[in-house]
This record gives sequence, C-alpha cells and structure tokens, in this order.
Amino acid sequence: MTDLMRLVGASLTFLGSAFLFLGALGIFRMPDIYNRMQAGTKATTLGNILTLTGLGLLAPAWLPKIMLIVLFVLITNPLSSHALARAAHRSGVTLARETIYDALREDEEAAGIGPGSPVEIDAAAGSSEVTP
Amino acid sequence: MKRAFPFLFVTVVMWLLWLVLAGNLDPQEMLAGAVVAVLVAALRSSGPCLLGGPEVLHPRRILYALAYIPYMIWAIVLANLDVAGRVLRPRLKINPGIVKVRTNLHSQVGRMILANSITLTPGTLSVDIVGDDMYIHWIDVESRDAEAATRKIAAGFEKYLEVIFG
Repeated sequence: MTDLMRLVGASLTFLGSAFLFLGALGIFRMPDIYNRMQAGTKATTLGNILTLTGLGLLAPAWLPKIMLIVLFVLITNPLSSHALARAAHRSGVTLARETIYDALREDEEAAGIGPGSPVEIDAAAGSSEVTP
Repeated sequence: MKRAFPFLFVTVVMWLLWLVLAGNLDPQEMLAGAVVAVLVAALRSSGPCLLGGPEVLHPRRILYALAYIPYMIWAIVLANLDVAGRVLRPRLKINPGIVKVRTNLHSQVGRMILANSITLTPGTLSVDIVGDDMYIHWIDVESRDAEAATRKIAAGFEKYLEVIFG
C-alpha cells in the first residue's frame, strides 16, 4: 500500500465522520421530526459513503465488498427515511411551529381523510399506480 | 422473452453478488453460486423489477443511467454542504413546509428512484405519494405552487429518469 492511498483513505474517513457528526448535530438542533430526518438522512448517506470508501482505500482487499455496502446504504437510507416520514405524517405527528405550509394535510382534509385512517389513502394510491 | 428477462437478470446479479462476497473464482464457488442464484431468481416475487424487459438495455438508456450517477453524487455533496451550513449557523435558517410535486413518470421503479433522489438532494424529503402527486417536505419553501415546486425539485431528475425508464 502506498503512502498516498493511506493519506487519501484516512482523509476520506475523517471527512465522513465529520459529516456524520454534523448529521447528529442536525438531529439535535432541528425543531421537528421531518427537519431532523432531513439532516439525518443526507449526512448519514454521504458520511457513510466517505467513511466506507476511506476504509476501502486503507484495506484494498475489502474494496469490492465495501462498494456493495455503499450501494446498499445508498438505496436503503432514503427509502427508510421516506417510510419513517410517511408513517409520521399518517399518524399525525405535528410539524414544527415554523412550518408555513402543509399540502398533504390540506389535500387529505379536502378528501375527508384525517390522520389515523390510512386505509382510504392506500386505496387511492393503489388505483392509479401503473405497473411497468 | 418478456417474462424470462427479469429471471435472467436476477440470476446474473445474484451470481455476481455471490462471487464478490466469496472473493475468489474457485470453480466450486462459482457452481454453488450459480445454483443458489437460479434458486433465488426462481423464488423471487413477481413485483416490479429494476429492469422490466430487454428494451431497457437500449444504449441511449444506459448512457443516461451512467450520466445520472455523477449528477446524483454532485446533488448529494451539495445536500450535505447545505445541511452543514444550516446546522452550524447559530440561528437555524429554516422555513419548512410540505409541498406537492407532480410526477409524470409511470414506471414504479422510476418513481422509487425519483423519491430516493429527492430525499438525498438539498433540503427536500419525500413524505408520501398519492397517485401522481408526491408530497415533499421542503426545509426552505420557495414556492407553494405545485408547478414551480415540480420545476425546482423534480424536473432535473425526471429529465434523466424519463429516458432511463421510458
């Protein structure tokens, strides 16, 4: 292993952990679940990618497996935060005071669906979905 | 062919995954991997497949898919700098809300990737999809109008995804 690769690997790992720290700080400082998830999702995605890539450069034998993990994180991370945000909104978690607009609540109320009755929403979504 | 393609695709991907995880090209390993890959592909559900049919191997689509990767990486980097900037400010600079975005993608996998991409880009988080409408939590709402929000949030990705998933 060359010194350059070691340096780049260590720098990437450090940068990644810095982003993970900022994500944690974001979760701590943001006012409600949606804003917290905004900070959490983005920072953990790039933080993980950088940290893992840095590890891969430090231990090149692991690089292929690490790239698989990166791909997995890249797909599952936004997916899980979407599921959490959706569940939060459906079960009526309130938005922060600063929130200026909620199109989803307005549309649900217009359709006569309040939080806590997810069945109707499911039916509405299912009917217009197109299979590829 | 239409039905066989997802099967073949899953088999090949599973086999490659097995070989990467095994970390060697020993004939026994390759054979065991092939058996398991065929088994997994045979047992998979008939839900949406990343590649619906052979038409997705069209060169133009592959080209757009390859161009999408750096575009996405750049968006993720910008998103993180955006988060860093907001979080480190002594007074939080947020103006949050949930806006509606209209998508004209029909492929389910395309929509999934659009929703994921929106979540990973600066200041936006996809909350729900109802029919053709996606509800996006926007940390700094610039417009409540669905048209303007669509242009601002989704249009850049849709340009690529429309071609990739047809």
